[in-house]
Amino acid sequence: MQIIAGVLEEGLIYAFIALGIYITYRILDFPDLSVDGTFPLGGAVTAAVLSAGVNPFSALLISFAAGALAGTVTGLIHVKLKVRDLLSGIITMTALYSVNLRIAGKANVPLFSKVTIFSGIASLPVPEWLSPFMTSLTIFIIVLIGKFLLDAYMKTRSGYLLRAAGDNETLVTSLARDKGTVKIVGLSIANGFAALAGSVYCQQKQVFDVNMGTGTMVIGLASVIIGTKLFRHAGRIKDTTSVIAGSIVYKACVSIAIACGMAASDLKLITSVLFLVILVVSMDRNRKKKAVQHD
Amino acid sequence: MIEIRHIHKFYNQGTVNEMCLFEDFSLTIGDGEFVSVVGSNGSGKTSLLNLICGSIPVDSGTILINGKDITNMPEFMRSRFIGRVYQNPAAGTCPNMTILENMSMADVKDKSFNLSPGTARERIPAYREMLSELGLGLEDKLDMKVGTLSGGQRQALALLMSAMTPIEFLILDEHTAALDPKTAEVIMKLTDRIVREKHLTTIMVTHNLRYAVEYGNRLIMMHEGKCIIDKAGKEKEDIRIDDILEKFNAISIEVGN
Repeated sequence: MQIIAGVLEEGLIYAFIALGIYITYRILDFPDLSVDGTFPLGGAVTAAVLSAGVNPFSALLISFAAGALAGTVTGLIHVKLKVRDLLSGIITMTALYSVNLRIAGKANVPLFSKVTIFSGIASLPVPEWLSPFMTSLTIFIIVLIGKFLLDAYMKTRSGYLLRAAGDNETLVTSLARDKGTVKIVGLSIANGFAALAGSVYCQQKQVFDVNMGTGTMVIGLASVIIGTKLFRHAGRIKDTTSVIAGSIVYKACVSIAIACGMAASDLKLITSVLFLVILVVSMDRNRKKKAVQHD
Repeated sequence: MIEIRHIHKFYNQGTVNEMCLFEDFSLTIGDGEFVSVVGSNGSGKTSLLNLICGSIPVDSGTILINGKDITNMPEFMRSRFIGRVYQNPAAGTCPNMTILENMSMADVKDKSFNLSPGTARERIPAYREMLSELGLGLEDKLDMKVGTLSGGQRQALALLMSAMTPIEFLILDEHTAALDPKTAEVIMKLTDRIVREKHLTTIMVTHNLRYAVEYGNRLIMMHEGKCIIDKAGKEKEDIRIDDILEKFNAISIEVGN
């Protein structure tokens, strides 16, 4: 029971990142490594504002804004300074390490005494069987809100343009819009989600650690690929729903690997090997290359 | 009115492969003109369109539209008053979005892409009507992804979309070249209708000499970055395919192919 609850909690937290990476990787085809920096950025901001006595729900929004700002920086580096996509992300990610330390004050900030979004749960009158899942449920509700807002955004004019930018850049130019600006908007939303995940993560773990971001991109990307491949034939399920499910499936796979006798210190190894397996099995990259040639 | 003044354009400048495409090239296209441009490969037809649309920069010279200098205006800003249809039917539409979504975007090209609903429900009947005028049965397929349409259907949609908002100029870059003869005919008729209805100043690059002769009111043949035939009005009406073909053969022999 404890393991299932743990998988759900972690899976749902990383679902925010999956939603963001869905925008950058799936829609814009932009391998954005800045999430490795914006995920802990959300944590650092949360540590700072919670220590200052800010409402934990406001902390979520402030984190999202901080992440969006960092995403904009990546976008500006790529679009205005014409740095390659992968490098733009790496530059932001590296810089954010120091920025995060500045914001949080130190490399490890315990938040045990702080009021978090989970603080009120313990006192809620719920049946005993449900209580281990209350944390997951709280995160689930926030994920759902995020998902519905993203779905709604995708149906606006601005959202249409974002999808068009990933589908056919030439058309964006034909529509008298700067495709660079559209990319910046996409990166900004995606990193907002990554930072939001960081905020929820730190509130749940009740600690901020500056190294928590390592491998974020890999986990998010794996979730997106699992989700979109697994539910490819499932009819009318939205991609945003698929990637959330993908994130939970991925965390479950990692948990199983650890339960099978791997040490907790092998986590990142498992994470990346599992990602490699998923990548090869789905053959996503090959198909993508072929599709480009056909166009 | 489009005025191209003393354009110079080199490719691979400063290398052994340096190629001069345009040297002191000037061309004026008046309001309401429908110019057909023909010429062999590498004669500079598509480059001319790219220079006008801003897809490639000029090395020197100026481009004016209605007297306003647009030489340094970025490509996307020129799209406000220029509609463009490409040879590749995939270039003018989004394959993973529906017909309705594609048209909705084209419909608000001159407005803001803000957070209002992407598709305005009250516009759907108008879209349906535009599609039914094409006679391709697309009016019943509004929710179909454009990627599932045939090349001809996609090109018809792209053409429709390029002129949905008030534009002044229509740039057609071999837009029937990738289509079968029958579909090409349909697209050409549609082109002619849109140009007439909306009074668009049009430049059409084509390899189809018959279209060049049949459509439009001015004909230009390009060769090595120069206009070697430029006929308008009555002179254009009198021109026959054989006349152009003859000139074509003459320059082909000269070049050696």
